[in-house]
Amino acid sequence: MIKVEVDMTKCQHYGQCVFEAPDIFRLNSDDKLEYTAEADDSERANIEAAIDVCPMQAIRIVE
Amino acid sequence: MNHPVVIVGASMGGLRTAESLRRFGYLGPITVIGEEAHKPYNRPPLSKDVLAEGVNHEAVAFEERAATADVNWVLGTRAVSVDTEHNTVIDSSDVIHPYSALVIATGLRPKRLNLANADLSGRFALRTLDDAIALREELKPGKDVVIVGGGFIGCEVAATASKLGCDVTVVHNASHPMLRPLGTELARQMQLRHEAEGVRFLLNRSVVGLVGERSIQEVQIDDGSTISCDVLVEAVGSHQNTEWLEMTNIDITDGVLVDSAMRALSTSGSVIPNVYAIGDVARFANPIFDDVPRRVEHWNIPTETAKRAASVIAAQLADGEKFVNLVNEQFKPVPSFWSDQYDVHLLAFGSLALADRATLVAGEVSGECVFEYHRGEDLVGVCGIGMRSVVQSYRAKFI
Repeated sequence: MIKVEVDMTKCQHYGQCVFEAPDIFRLNSDDKLEYTAEADDSERANIEAAIDVCPMQAIRIVE
Repeated sequence: MNHPVVIVGASMGGLRTAESLRRFGYLGPITVIGEEAHKPYNRPPLSKDVLAEGVNHEAVAFEERAATADVNWVLGTRAVSVDTEHNTVIDSSDVIHPYSALVIATGLRPKRLNLANADLSGRFALRTLDDAIALREELKPGKDVVIVGGGFIGCEVAATASKLGCDVTVVHNASHPMLRPLGTELARQMQLRHEAEGVRFLLNRSVVGLVGERSIQEVQIDDGSTISCDVLVEAVGSHQNTEWLEMTNIDITDGVLVDSAMRALSTSGSVIPNVYAIGDVARFANPIFDDVPRRVEHWNIPTETAKRAASVIAAQLADGEKFVNLVNEQFKPVPSFWSDQYDVHLLAFGSLALADRATLVAGEVSGECVFEYHRGEDLVGVCGIGMRSVVQSYRAKFI
């Protein structure tokens, strides 16, 4: 399993991560980011792509 | 032994190229040559947190990944020339770097103003971390800060300096700040929000000279007036860092011309073997819009072009059939930008500057809103303040 962490003090809810890893990240009905903190190893490439496109660089994989 | 893939430019685009090469299966050596002393860091915070909160490299550096732990970083060093026949780059320490593939990721540097009395101290530009650290020392409460250029960087610095208690004037050569990308209505609204925070605008004006003894005391405006100034920030666009390519036949008329596989093209349109370009400096056609090659200075483009170039290079060096198929694939990344000014958060997809009109399609311009941007009948962009789900729903229209 992979542990995902988003620094919510940095996150501005731009939601770019949603396009790269839709099974992990989503915007809720208030347009705020929600995410699944534990993911299957098969999601690693998608999560790394989400990290790449995060404007605030708020996403981390905790090893 | 194979020669390394040599990446010139150690910013986000260079880093993403190195990471993507590994992801696409390239296991050979990688060298990254970079002029700045720092390892790659995220530039957008430079106009915000780095100025306002005094954070340093550690806070903005990109996290290093295990896959790229063996990259050879040659920092504090410029590439000075390239020989595309013998596949070598010479750096500013006279070291010769043979390459199997060369990735040009040298980006941009700020344009500076041509001014009377130009050698006074107190002039700043903002591109690098060191630029931001130098500027923030000067942004003290009560200082008169004049920002030349009301684009995104100028406006973000204006917002930050205003929040820090500086007395801020923006001198801009159009009728509204950020006019060209945003269009009149949204640009005017952004101006109002700045003015509500105490920022002044001198519009359709430029700065022509400086007044002072050793440091700037006043700046001269082109209408003959002068305004008080302690700190001058020049945010008037960029030059492409392509001078080191001048001895080659690469087309560098406006950045580096590349094909859809990010391969550099010559002035006669032929592919230069083993040479690629990415990021702000790469000029490529995007089939989403048309077949005109353009440079795109949006934050997501270095990453998109790095991944594209790396996939092609990995296939080329693996010598597979995959390479031929890959280079013929279309490349059509959706440009995206955002900007934070006070509590206003702009988010856009597409290429707004291509539009001939902007139309409010949701919300109120004085609050949260979404604008569509059209060129003729074609939708070319969307931009919103807030209303993220609406703005996001447009992205699929461009794919």
